[in-house]
Amino acid sequence: MIQIKDLHKSYHMGSNSLHVLKGINFEVKEGELVSIMGSSGSGKSTLLNILGMLDEADTGQYILDGFPIKNLNEKVAAKYRNEFLGFIFQSFNLINYKSALDNVALPLYYQNIKRKERIEKAEHYLEKVGLAQWSHHLPSELSGGQKQRVAIARALASDPKVLLADEPTGALDTKTSYEVMELIQGINDEGKTILVVTHENDIANMTKRIVNLKDGVIIDDSTVEQVRASQYV
Amino acid sequence: MFNKDRWSEIIEALNANKFRTFLTAFGVFWGIFIFVVLLALTNGLKNGVMSDFGDFATNSMFMWTQGTSKPYKGLPKGRYFNYKLDDVAALKSEIPNLKYVSPRNQLGGFQGANNVIRGTKTGAFEIYGDYPEYIKQQPMDILQGRFVSYSDINSKRKVCVIGTDVIKSLYDKDEEVLGSYVKINGVNFMVVGTFKMSNSQGDNEQDANTIYIPFTTFGQAFNRGDRVGWMAITAVDGVPITSIKQQVFDLMKSRHTVAPDDDRAIGHWDLSEQFARMNGLFIILTVVGYFVGALVLMSGIIGISNIMLIVVKERTKEIGVRRALGASPWTIKGQILQESLILTILSGMVGISFSAFVIWVLNYLLDMSGPVDSFANPSVSMTVVFTALIILVVSGLLAGLIPANSATKMKPVDALRIE
Repeated sequence: MIQIKDLHKSYHMGSNSLHVLKGINFEVKEGELVSIMGSSGSGKSTLLNILGMLDEADTGQYILDGFPIKNLNEKVAAKYRNEFLGFIFQSFNLINYKSALDNVALPLYYQNIKRKERIEKAEHYLEKVGLAQWSHHLPSELSGGQKQRVAIARALASDPKVLLADEPTGALDTKTSYEVMELIQGINDEGKTILVVTHENDIANMTKRIVNLKDGVIIDDSTVEQVRASQYV
Repeated sequence: MFNKDRWSEIIEALNANKFRTFLTAFGVFWGIFIFVVLLALTNGLKNGVMSDFGDFATNSMFMWTQGTSKPYKGLPKGRYFNYKLDDVAALKSEIPNLKYVSPRNQLGGFQGANNVIRGTKTGAFEIYGDYPEYIKQQPMDILQGRFVSYSDINSKRKVCVIGTDVIKSLYDKDEEVLGSYVKINGVNFMVVGTFKMSNSQGDNEQDANTIYIPFTTFGQAFNRGDRVGWMAITAVDGVPITSIKQQVFDLMKSRHTVAPDDDRAIGHWDLSEQFARMNGLFIILTVVGYFVGALVLMSGIIGISNIMLIVVKERTKEIGVRRALGASPWTIKGQILQESLILTILSGMVGISFSAFVIWVLNYLLDMSGPVDSFANPSVSMTVVFTALIILVVSGLLAGLIPANSATKMKPVDALRIE
């Protein structure tokens, strides 16, 4: 599903140059649940941003489901992001003046799907994350865990090939974190490919494979015995 | 692009900060209000002043004689002369570009003594000897009967056409006017028509205090012969009288043995020149109105642009999220543009409506209080309204352009990082 070869990325600030990613090689197959770990500054967020086409690598190859991702203009990048990827952010990033339902329906809006169909699909995904009765609430009226569930429903709404989660439990307490991970595991069980960036070991252990990043290179890449979140909930 | 969802997105965004939206809109509202009202007032001034001109054919001049100021061909300076009827014929035949040449004579006038008697009633009126063409130069409404005709001229009939004020002072109410007789300077004239000036602005009193009689009758009855007091000359359409008046003067000078360079021998008043000067003044006023109005409007537009920049800045993260979810740069730009456009047009429409209301009130007050000097019927044409609308649309787009560009300038990854 994802193939990355010799990916380099550096940031330039004035005369200083910061080499963040120093040749990343890895592959993710369909249906995997991968966590990317590393201390801050290890380049894990940069890697996720490049995978999410929010940022572009300097050199190297990135192939997403057979599509080479290279020198895309913003219009095509937006289209790919919409169709291939679903984002889950640490701070949820819901649009605060839109109801939960409208937030979930937003990616579908950008696919020019008719309103009625959009609402139907959005309702379906809200039900899937267990928030059907909250559909008309604004984000400010929801708890942190509920917000993240809405965000997950939104990420799923356009039926993307890959879900990218950047510290999805970073702003949540342990109990809520496990509930969110249970949801993510459930989605993975249905066959969705998911990448999770985290620095928490217990969260990483709930995935099937851990990729460890340090100073811009992968120092460890191993499959692990998945801990089911449901046993903690 | 202009679908229902986009609309609800925009209404949501505008509703998010109602007070700010209102203040922003007020700038444009005020701008367009000033713009329209300013042009309406200019127009009112123009209408007022132009109607003071009356509706005399504007491509005209009046011409009379003054004493010569130079000796010529053995004739002394300071000599007085008069135009004669054959001068009129000569002008008509030698200068084809003249449409009407009306010789005129006058009796009585401003604060003159009583000169008209009917039974026991008397009055002081202005008596003019005229040709039938005159009514084409000075339009008037014939209320009853007719104006002077050529058969009156040819047979020198003692008939007259009288104004409404003449009727008021010489006749009782409901008395039959047509066919009755009035005695002008001791000569009886039969009334064959009554008139009122078409132009009803303020000073029509003097015009209505007037009696017209055939020019030839005037000459015979009041011992003027074929002498002409002055002439009202109108040029054909498309040829300004100003451009051919010199030909007229030259012809008159040669016929009356006046030195060709004696400019003081012939007096004239060029209506077309005055009219053009006034017109020029009002064109300048209108341009100033447009200019000032547009500048005021512009400050409103800049307000919109400013607020949209702030909105974009505030929503940087939201825009980043939207782009992560698949909004293309043009979708974002389109939304910002449309937002500014709607804000501009909406507030502009309200401004236009409000100014229309104010103009209506102004007109209403003018109607109530009667005519005001040099001001009448302030109004704007549809052209002005459409111009204002076009300015609004264009400026709304311009106002949104910079904010829209700044909204998508940032990379989505940076936009998402903003807290």
